[in-house]
Amino acid sequence: MKYNKDNYQKLVDEFTPKNKMLRNCIMAFIIGGAICVVGEIINDSFVAWLGISDDEASPMTSVVLVGLSALLTGLGWYDKLGKIGGAGTVVPITGFANSVVSPALEHKREGFILGTAANIFKLAGPVLVFGYLASFIAGLLSMAFK
Amino acid sequence: MKKIGKTFKIGGDVVIRDVYTIAGPKEAEGPLKDKFDMVIDDDLWGEDSWEKCELKLQKTAAENLKNRNNLLNSNIDLLISGDLLNQITSSTYAARDLELPYIGVYGACSTMTLTMGLGAMIIDGGFAENVICVTSSHFCSAERQFRLPLEMGGQRHASAQWTVTGSAAVWLSNSGQGPKIKHVTFGKIVDLGVKDANNMGAAMAPAAYSSLNQHLKDTAIDYDLIVTGDLGTVGKAIVNKMFNEDNNSIESKYDDCGTIIYDIEKQDVHAGGSGCGCSATVFGSFLYKKLLNNEIKNLLFTATGALHSTTASLQGESIPGIAHCLGIEM
Repeated sequence: MKYNKDNYQKLVDEFTPKNKMLRNCIMAFIIGGAICVVGEIINDSFVAWLGISDDEASPMTSVVLVGLSALLTGLGWYDKLGKIGGAGTVVPITGFANSVVSPALEHKREGFILGTAANIFKLAGPVLVFGYLASFIAGLLSMAFK
Repeated sequence: MKKIGKTFKIGGDVVIRDVYTIAGPKEAEGPLKDKFDMVIDDDLWGEDSWEKCELKLQKTAAENLKNRNNLLNSNIDLLISGDLLNQITSSTYAARDLELPYIGVYGACSTMTLTMGLGAMIIDGGFAENVICVTSSHFCSAERQFRLPLEMGGQRHASAQWTVTGSAAVWLSNSGQGPKIKHVTFGKIVDLGVKDANNMGAAMAPAAYSSLNQHLKDTAIDYDLIVTGDLGTVGKAIVNKMFNEDNNSIESKYDDCGTIIYDIEKQDVHAGGSGCGCSATVFGSFLYKKLLNNEIKNLLFTATGALHSTTASLQGESIPGIAHCLGIEM
């Protein structure tokens, strides 16, 4: 065989289909944007109809979006949306909820504690770790430059 | 010596008496839909987990094979089986209920030809008269072990393959009528450094080329049909290119089970099918029948496997490929 570890990747690249980047970007923009529009509508509705202040409406909107995403994940619809929307469904807070609920569902057959609870942050764990780390560094910086 | 080069020559009769196939719902929407012996309606098949469904696939395939041929456990010398899950879960738990002397093997997606090759040698060695070889894979249990949770929203890579839900049980015997296993070539591991788990076809193609080349060189047989296990569109194209570069084209008589089992355009399976069940169900439902109906006189059946572990992959290791060849003649 004339191929080795150095020249094989070139052959692989020749036959490996490329992902449709432009289409994926456009769909991510549309679906991700649509999720944000839904968030805006919920937010504005809280303010306009329920008389909730802007500051309080924002976290309440996040709660509703997370709840909706969890519901759609449970119904098996969010992954179908993710297939079309790609990063557009991963980046918003609904994507975070999906990454928590999907392993929780998948591991429920191994029991509530060692299955669901032990695996619930399997995907979201790194997000939490780096979120905490970033906030810790931001805290240090704000202390230093106060 | 019953050996030519690296190929074992089966001197006596090892007859593939019957194959029983079960396929999942997506496979039943593909081009082979009318050819499977049994089709299941959903991914759980009345069980409460995908793993239990997969072992039921194996158990049912073996039991229905026995029933169809009036085989009793007292007539069967050995059960050889394997699957994709850790500790070959499906095979072991199916074997628990089948109550036969059991050899469990791990060959990833190459399991069908690995078990049949071993069975053929054991029969030819005079140690057994009847051997049953079984393998299976299940889309959901495999995704879960090797990739991400099913309900996780995201996109699959264009070169990714779809794990076949299905199982096949094969009855090998030293007597009777049917296609015979004549040559067995167990492949060596070939790893050309592919690390992308979304491109298994490319990772396994060099192993397929290596084993096919070895087998064809050793036996010098002009096969009517050469079929690999689950290289998909990417791996199949690479194998063709490698043989073409040797001025030894096999393109006109070469196909891959991963591209046979699904309608690649319509079924949204990207580069095609994969998994132990891919080569197993395509062999049982399609290739074996081609031999029986005398559409082809001989077949070089080569299941291909990616022998990586998720732990090794995370530690930066590449994907070791393997391919085992069976030369089958009618």
